[in-house]
Amino acid sequence: MTWLDILILLVRCLVLALASATLFAYFTLFERRLLAKFQHRIGPNRAGYIPLPGGKKLFGGWLQPAADAVKLFLKEDVVPAMADKWVYIMAPGFAVVPALIIWVAIPLGTWPDGMGGNWLHYAPIDVGVLYLLAVTSIGVYGIAIAGWASNNKYSMIGGVRASAQVISYELALGFAILAVVMQNSTFRTEEIVTSQGLIWNIIPQFLGFIIFLIASTAEVVRSPFDLVEAEQELVGGYNTEYGSMKFALFFMSEYIKLIAMNAIAVTLFLGGGNFPGIDTLVAAIKTSNGDTIAYAVQGALTLGAFLLKTTALSFLSVWVRASVPRVRYDQLMHLGWKVLLPLGLFNVVMTAVFGVLFPADSLIAKIIMCVVGVIVVVIVSATATPKHAKRGVTLVNPSAGN
Amino acid sequence: MDLLLFGIPALVAIVGAIAMLLSRNAVHSALYLLLNFAAISVLYLLLQAPFLFATQLIIYAGAIIVLFLFVVMLLGAERDEQTPHANPWQNRGAIVGGVLLLVELALLYVNNPGTIPIAANLDDGFAAPTEIAKALFTTHLLPFEIASFVLLTALIGVVVLHQRRS
Amino acid sequence: MTTIDHSLSVPSPRSITEPALAGKTQNMVLNMGPHHPSTHGVLRLVVELDGETVVNVAPDMGFLHTGIEKNMEYKTYQQALVMTDRTDYLAPLSNNLSYVLAVESLLQCDIPERAQTARVLLVELQRISSHLVWLGTHALDLAAMSVFLYGFREREQILDIFEMVSGARMMTSYFRVGGLAYDLPEGFFPAVKAFVDVMPARIDEYEALLTNNLIWQERTMGVGAIDSAAALQYGMTGPGLRATGVAWDIRKAMPYSGYENYTFAIPTATNGDIYDRYLVRMAEMRESVKIVAQAATRLKDMGDGPWQTADRKIAPPPKIEITQSMESLIHHFKLWTEGFKPPRGDAMVAIESPRGELATYIVSDGSPKPYRVHMRAPSFINLQALPHMAKGQLMADLVALIASLDPVLGEVDR
Repeated sequence: MTWLDILILLVRCLVLALASATLFAYFTLFERRLLAKFQHRIGPNRAGYIPLPGGKKLFGGWLQPAADAVKLFLKEDVVPAMADKWVYIMAPGFAVVPALIIWVAIPLGTWPDGMGGNWLHYAPIDVGVLYLLAVTSIGVYGIAIAGWASNNKYSMIGGVRASAQVISYELALGFAILAVVMQNSTFRTEEIVTSQGLIWNIIPQFLGFIIFLIASTAEVVRSPFDLVEAEQELVGGYNTEYGSMKFALFFMSEYIKLIAMNAIAVTLFLGGGNFPGIDTLVAAIKTSNGDTIAYAVQGALTLGAFLLKTTALSFLSVWVRASVPRVRYDQLMHLGWKVLLPLGLFNVVMTAVFGVLFPADSLIAKIIMCVVGVIVVVIVSATATPKHAKRGVTLVNPSAGN
Repeated sequence: MDLLLFGIPALVAIVGAIAMLLSRNAVHSALYLLLNFAAISVLYLLLQAPFLFATQLIIYAGAIIVLFLFVVMLLGAERDEQTPHANPWQNRGAIVGGVLLLVELALLYVNNPGTIPIAANLDDGFAAPTEIAKALFTTHLLPFEIASFVLLTALIGVVVLHQRRS
Repeated sequence: MTTIDHSLSVPSPRSITEPALAGKTQNMVLNMGPHHPSTHGVLRLVVELDGETVVNVAPDMGFLHTGIEKNMEYKTYQQALVMTDRTDYLAPLSNNLSYVLAVESLLQCDIPERAQTARVLLVELQRISSHLVWLGTHALDLAAMSVFLYGFREREQILDIFEMVSGARMMTSYFRVGGLAYDLPEGFFPAVKAFVDVMPARIDEYEALLTNNLIWQERTMGVGAIDSAAALQYGMTGPGLRATGVAWDIRKAMPYSGYENYTFAIPTATNGDIYDRYLVRMAEMRESVKIVAQAATRLKDMGDGPWQTADRKIAPPPKIEITQSMESLIHHFKLWTEGFKPPRGDAMVAIESPRGELATYIVSDGSPKPYRVHMRAPSFINLQALPHMAKGQLMADLVALIASLDPVLGEVDR
């Protein structure tokens, strides 16, 4: 490894970090505008508009993330007197580092560098999937120790909730991922993507996809599983005592983790950068324009497809946030341990059985698994969820003066 | 280079372990233990065993210490209170054990003079997921199953104890 | 209610903090409020938690005490009216009505039919707007954030109507002793009609988001239940009491302002939990829309007419009369310098405010200023039942529970 290689690597890492930070910034804008649409509001529409003749304003709001960042930078940085100072300061770092390093194992697309490598996949490691799992599992430390170090009862409850919640859902998440690993017989993320081809894992692993979506939402403590911050109960939970850039780091880690989880879901279940037609197009360009251009086009198209799918899942996250109330702590545990975990086990067993009974890549097996998955999801959502008797009001109309 | 790559995580692991023992605060101890585990996982990486690296992080760093933290925070037991009824033999036993360990290391060094431990040369398949699976489900099936029974017993014990209390 | 259950009580904050400070309990004592986002104002709760289970709660009140009742003793009867806006600031017109009815009962004066109908219409609109705030904040407390903004969209329409009639969106002071402050403005009926037309569909919209939502049901069904005996013993009124199955509504039980002439029903439920309180309030909004529609039709049929009593000792004469009649000028002068003097005695009139039985008790010593004013504030009395309902629930339920009681701290502390 020469110094040039190291320099290139450093630049690539910087690009990745900046890209994920930018993605975070614009995801917040995306979410705010979208929530506003859901709620008959307008949303941030001022910062950075281009004035047009006639008083119209174009592209209003695109500088809002920058304005937010500047505001948070300029706020006073307070450390509570009774806080455990060093742990308090370290906690945002603990939160943000896993959120950033998780990206290296996700293949963001395919842009061959001509030497067997892929510009868009930073670390094609042997155990890529396990790496993802490991990094998500240590992501909770930031929240847990922030809650403890703030020396505030609300923060503490938030931290305790976070640790219990993340551990509970890690199991279901792990089982969902394990089934994908079995389906594609590899731990390498890029091989999972390529072996999906055009019949994405969501078809044979439909059940796994549903489990993954729910468990990953809980894992990144996103609404409706955001009991960790629960501003209505815990006044913000673990980040109650945080302000200024430290708060911004928590905010950032939370959103980057969310986007990363959606990106992982895309990688594992939605075929990563695969999209019908890309391969044919790239092959055509390769014959007419040569390898370099073809690779660049392939990179751009696969990255685009990947981002498109990630955005679609992110839209789902925002939609859910706009629609449903928050679950309660015991209900969360019930869902994690008594519904998702057995379902995940079932999915693993089903994948194993089909893997033995049918040859690899059997289309029939995939279709049968999809059907079984859909049926199981329907049955479980109809039976495992608590049933409430339909209730209504009685309209009493006593005569006046009675 | 090898020595440096090995030495730094090894040193971090030892420092983490010592700091964990000496820390007066249970949460700090847990965090030092986390440091220790992370350093050890890096050592696994140096052994060309990424699977062990990942499992070490997932199981120990990701689950066990989180549980430690959970319990410590839930009980509010982070402040150090010298337990009055601590076994007086505990400290003495620890000292004896430590001395024995040092003696053993010294003996090892005396018996193999001039060698410095370096990263072992392992074959490619070392600690690969398939190898571990094979070992667990064929050669070491019995101990593996016994271990799982022990864990199951502990789980059932927790449930029984909890039900008796409530 | 024949027997009194002596186990029902309201703990004091000290009964929780002192054992904790003395180290007699392992439980966490959490000081929730007065500036906590979900205590609907400045309610302070001292919560004893075992893990996340609420062992005991003690409400601590008085952080918003502004001496409204005492201040009213230093104002003339007509001036004191504006103070009532500030108690239950989500339903100022209901407070106006309760006070005005009490003074009118002291004075024994007749109110024109038209004014009474307008009062009913506006008070029912007020009930809807107050319930919309309750619905929005209740949903927001359980993190269903969109309902909040939908509710405020319709509340805006109601506040526009209030602004149209009184010039103020919240502190209306529109009802006066003897009638209304001014005549109903132009454009009033179209605005009311627009609202009545749109509202039932909007209520369906809120219910679509919540009523059959599994998480909502899980969070509210069976949570914070109270039976009718306990509710009665705590003196609960309003939707909280009706959700336990007691069909007690002052509008039916002791009709005022001509409520006996309207067709509407009292929604009741049986379980007395948060979900039932939710259902009852939603059904009440639908009933209120019906009353508004009926009142609007009546008002239209009546055409123009007097909007305040003809008794010049109470209501000022119209400006045109002052220019022609000496007596009117004197009335005007007396009313605005001294005010009217009700006879010695006392009066208490209860109305059904959005939160329950709101009664104003007034003692008159024959002077132009009340000797004593007291309000039976439903928020305050309903809040007493909170510890009883919260025991054994989780911390997150406590938040939902406060929201479902819908206390307004301005009214609790007065």
